[in-house]
This record gives sequence, C-alpha cells and structure tokens, in this order.
Amino acid sequence: MRKKALNKMQVKLPAISANESVCRAIVASFTAQLNPNIEEIADIKCAVSEAVTNAVVHAYRCQGGDLYINVTLYEGREIRIEIRDCGCGIPDVALARQPLYTTDTDGERSGMGFSVMETFCDRVTVSSRVGRGTRVTMTKKLV
Amino acid sequence: MLRENAFLERKLEGETLTVEILGEIDHHSARPIREEIDRLLYLYRPKEMVLSLARVSFMDSSGLGLLMGRITLAEALSCRVKITNADLRVKRLLNLAGLKRINNLVIEDSGKGENIS
Repeated sequence: MRKKALNKMQVKLPAISANESVCRAIVASFTAQLNPNIEEIADIKCAVSEAVTNAVVHAYRCQGGDLYINVTLYEGREIRIEIRDCGCGIPDVALARQPLYTTDTDGERSGMGFSVMETFCDRVTVSSRVGRGTRVTMTKKLV
Repeated sequence: MLRENAFLERKLEGETLTVEILGEIDHHSARPIREEIDRLLYLYRPKEMVLSLARVSFMDSSGLGLLMGRITLAEALSCRVKITNADLRVKRLLNLAGLKRINNLVIEDSGKGENIS
C-alpha cells in the first residue's frame, strides 16, 4: 500500500554552482516540517549537495541547464527527494556509483558523490539515459 | 556577482603555513579556496601546512576532493599536511574516502568527539 503524502514541493532552477548551497538549503527548510534532528538535517543537506553537484558538473558539464527537485514528505516520517536533470546522462550507472570512481582527470574530484548519498540516505536509486538525462531518487526515514 | 560562501584566513610561522577555512566547502567554493591555497604553497614553500576546519559549517565530497588535491600537491612540494579541528561529520567523510591512510597527512584529534577508526 502506498504511503500517504503529507506535503510536496517542486522546484526548478538553473544547474549552476551557486545554486548548490541554495538547493540544499531549500530542501532542508522544506523537510524541517517533519522535525528532523540536527544530524538528519546535515545528512539531507550533504546528500542533496552531492546530487546537485553531479548535475552541475557532469550532466551539464558546467554549462548550465534545468535542474528539477521534487521533495515529498510521507506519513511515517519518510522523505523522498528526487533530483533530475536533462543533461548528458550516465552510460554506466553501476560504474559511476563505485566509490572513488570519477571521470575527472586533474585529481580535484573525490569520486565519492554517490557513496556519500548512499551513506546519508536509506535508499538511492539512479535512472539515466545517455543524451536524455538522469534522475536520482533518495529516500530517508527519520527517527 | 553572487556572494562567496567560503573564506580563508592564513598565517605563516617559520616554515609552517596555517590556513583556516571559514564557511561552506562545496563544488562552488572549492575553486577559489584551491587557487588560494595552491598560490600560498608555491609562494612560501612551507615544510608543513596546517588546515584548520574548525569554522567549516558544511562540507561535501567536493571538499574531500579539495583536500585530496592539496595533499597531493603538498606531497609533491615535500610539505606535510595536518588537518585540525575537523568535526565528527567531516571526519566521517574523511574516513569514507580513506584519507587517513595517506603518508604525508596527519588528522589531529581536536578532542571534540571520537577518533576516526
């Protein structure tokens, strides 16, 4: 049986680096309605920041594009955060999710984005089509 | 011009360069931080660089990339790196990336919270 949604938010904004902090702040504010603890707020901000950064850096290769964020708060203190782009897509999602894997060649990116999302959320699903875009869905159940 | 979300404070004592990062370390703020730290490393050629994270309010994996990149450069310049005052969250990230296993790096326990294991 589907859980009942208590509240929903949809945000569209440009995938530029200045919006990385904006996105995590917006999602943290919205999820505050479920009274998360400080640790959970920090987890959510970090996970959102990773997914948004991937869209900015990889999907749109720092050239900008549309970024869509959907957040749903469910009964039972569950949060679903969906971050979607219409960028280049990921040819091999399983490879991209490997810890320390990065396409970056100048040694400035850690390759830990998906690992951080997985650490700070309960479930992370990634669907991607090359040339069409990527959708990252993260769910987290609050204590 | 949009505001910056991180700033640096620096101090050179003998052959030790201390850099304190203030604010949020994400992909957006990482570039100016990186450029300034690298400039200081080349300019002063310190034997040791202390990176203080006491006043970092947020850090994600872009911060890890920033730290990993600076540690690599410092090693190439024969400079030790000491990371101080990392809070539990930052330590958790450092741990996740296995940063504590790097030769020229010391992560100093600030006394706040537990050691990373």
